[in-house]
Amino acid sequence: MTHSYIHIAVKRFLQKLGNNFIDQIWRLGAGARLFALMLISSGESFRRFRLVVREVYFTGVLSLVIISVSAFFVGMVLALQGYNTLQKYGSSEAIGVLVALSLVRELGPVVTALLFAGRAGTAITAEIGLMKATEQLSAMEMMAVSPVSRVIAPRFWAGVIALPILAALFSMIGILGGYLVAVPLIGVDAGAFWSQMQANVDWRFDIVNGVIKSIVFGVACTMIALFEGYDAPPTAEGVSRATTRTVVTSSLVVLALDFALTSFMII
Amino acid sequence: MERTTIDLWVGIFVALGIAALLGLAMKVGNLTTNTIGATYTVEAAFENIGGLKSRAPVKSAGVVVGRVGDIRFDASTYEAIVSINIDRQFSFPADTFANIYTAGLLGEQYIGLEAGGDEIALKEGDKIMQTQDAVVLEKMISQFLYNKASEPESAAKTPTHDDSVKTDDDALTANAL
Repeated sequence: MTHSYIHIAVKRFLQKLGNNFIDQIWRLGAGARLFALMLISSGESFRRFRLVVREVYFTGVLSLVIISVSAFFVGMVLALQGYNTLQKYGSSEAIGVLVALSLVRELGPVVTALLFAGRAGTAITAEIGLMKATEQLSAMEMMAVSPVSRVIAPRFWAGVIALPILAALFSMIGILGGYLVAVPLIGVDAGAFWSQMQANVDWRFDIVNGVIKSIVFGVACTMIALFEGYDAPPTAEGVSRATTRTVVTSSLVVLALDFALTSFMII
Repeated sequence: MERTTIDLWVGIFVALGIAALLGLAMKVGNLTTNTIGATYTVEAAFENIGGLKSRAPVKSAGVVVGRVGDIRFDASTYEAIVSINIDRQFSFPADTFANIYTAGLLGEQYIGLEAGGDEIALKEGDKIMQTQDAVVLEKMISQFLYNKASEPESAAKTPTHDDSVKTDDDALTANAL
């Protein structure tokens, strides 16, 4: 008797596992289709650029506060921790290089993308999910207005524009935070702080690579948020689940992409 | 086209972003300090380049005058061929000396150029004939130990013995005590 119970339980478990897997593949395909459709129909968002500007306000400008405050603290912590270790080797002047390189190469793009997914990505998913649940998207289709070109594409381009700007601001504010801790607070020489930084941070291989990273993260984060909203079941529970999934998927994708991009760039 | 406050905020946002990028480029990066315009390339062969990497600075009298281009291995001479890109505004004599130095004790390695006295200047594609390899610490230590070992008398005698007429055996035993 117990044998058959176990048999059924294992079978159900495997079925669920397979179902989930197939569901994920299906969602990947649907996401790719939406991405292609969005690219094709993004002509309108450039002809009516005001649509994009409005979304840049919601995704970018409204994220400024959280980005600047967290950048400031990240920079300060980096300087404190870096000083603590570097002074053991008698090279506390290298603290400027440490803060600048870790921010420009990694933390700037990555932390900005993670915060962006939490601050702007969730808002996009919830907004589009609710538009779908309240049948606003269907209403648009009824009026022969394509929701992809009117709703999805402007938000996508806004995200792609906003994230690199936010990441550049993050790096700059973080470096200023690191400067505040290192120079006035700890007493590292200001000249050595800046000159070592300038000697070791390369424009093309550090700063431009960071910007490239943040553009890629912008595409990934915004597209995931848009797709989760567009794909959400039109119920309260469906929208809430989609919002959670946006944060989880975006974070994982950003970290995985970061590894892949770094391995290409570091050579 | 009417203007809204949203446009103003987005304008400020984009301006801030451009300012941050400019700040990164000017204040943090080396766009202003180490930009090298048009360059000419010369080659130098080293028996050992140590930890020299491409894009390392090329300095003369401590001033950056160029960058290391690519580094490759010549299988016929078993030497490293380093191509050096020098800024066009600096011309060096043909008998210039190329050394590999280390910045500080643990710093990066760079190429130092010491100008010779030749009338003819280095041109694109020329080869620097006089080079000095990177200092390898292990080599230096082993050479030092070898030199020490090869002259035991002077090494043993130098300590504080006022009477220098003792035999070698006495000196050795005294040293051991």
